Amino acid sequence: MRYWFPYPLLSLALLMLWLLINQSVSPGQIVLGTALAVAFAWAMVNLQPDKTRLKNYRRIAVLAGHVAVDVVRSNIAVMGVILRAGKRPVNSGFVAIDISLRDENALALLACILTATPGTAWLEFDRQTGVLMIHVLDLENGAAWSELIRNRYEAPLKEIFE
Amino acid sequence: MSHLTDLPTWAAIPVCILLLAGSAITLIGSMGLIRLKTFYGRLHAPTLGASAGTVLICTASMITFAVLQNRWILHEVLIIVFVILTTPVTLMLLGQSALYRDRIEGKNDVPRKATGEQPDTTGMDI
Repeated sequence: MRYWFPYPLLSLALLMLWLLINQSVSPGQIVLGTALAVAFAWAMVNLQPDKTRLKNYRRIAVLAGHVAVDVVRSNIAVMGVILRAGKRPVNSGFVAIDISLRDENALALLACILTATPGTAWLEFDRQTGVLMIHVLDLENGAAWSELIRNRYEAPLKEIFE
Repeated sequence: MSHLTDLPTWAAIPVCILLLAGSAITLIGSMGLIRLKTFYGRLHAPTLGASAGTVLICTASMITFAVLQNRWILHEVLIIVFVILTTPVTLMLLGQSALYRDRIEGKNDVPRKATGEQPDTTGMDI
């Protein structure tokens, strides 16, 4: 089973992608999509990506909800900063955060979350020291930032992936 | 814009609101490129268009064509997913090259690397 389907989740995602692009769930498309999905999963074996097992499915839903709320809130906040930039100097700066997350996929997801949220930009992650450098547009409540990211994103990601 | 004339009013109103909101947010994001004065500040501005702008405009597109063709249209979701997945790549590349250059030039307002003073040349820490 493991030999034929090395990455079941990836195959499933590829099949979904195929069906969405073709906008059809006819049996022919499902067969073709499944064949392609399995073949691409084999191709993926040669790339030797890090394998991770998702552990806590309920946390994923909670985290997704938090991220959605944060994206909306920070969109509004960043719009405010840009519109007021003429009158008030922008108080932006770098924040260094100690992160104990090591799983590559979890880090990639954290990067997507931090980038999709306007107002925080991922600059650099040092694998040796585990220090993540981000740039924050509005440093109004400075020290709170590293705590926020650690509690709100890192802790759930750790539960899900490690 | 022949599609919009075929659209019933009850669907046209939310579509217009979504479309206008999405384009307004994207416009504000682009204005940010002029109004924010530092490079790192400018990194944040386009993410407005990449997050809220894309989601709102794609939702408007989904509603329009779902109503016009009378079936579920979901493949715009792929646009949202791929935009969110790929923006970090460009953003990190830009941010890291700026950081690298500022460190080489010895600007004082840029944080040093924690491990040592020598600039990172491996390029593997992402």
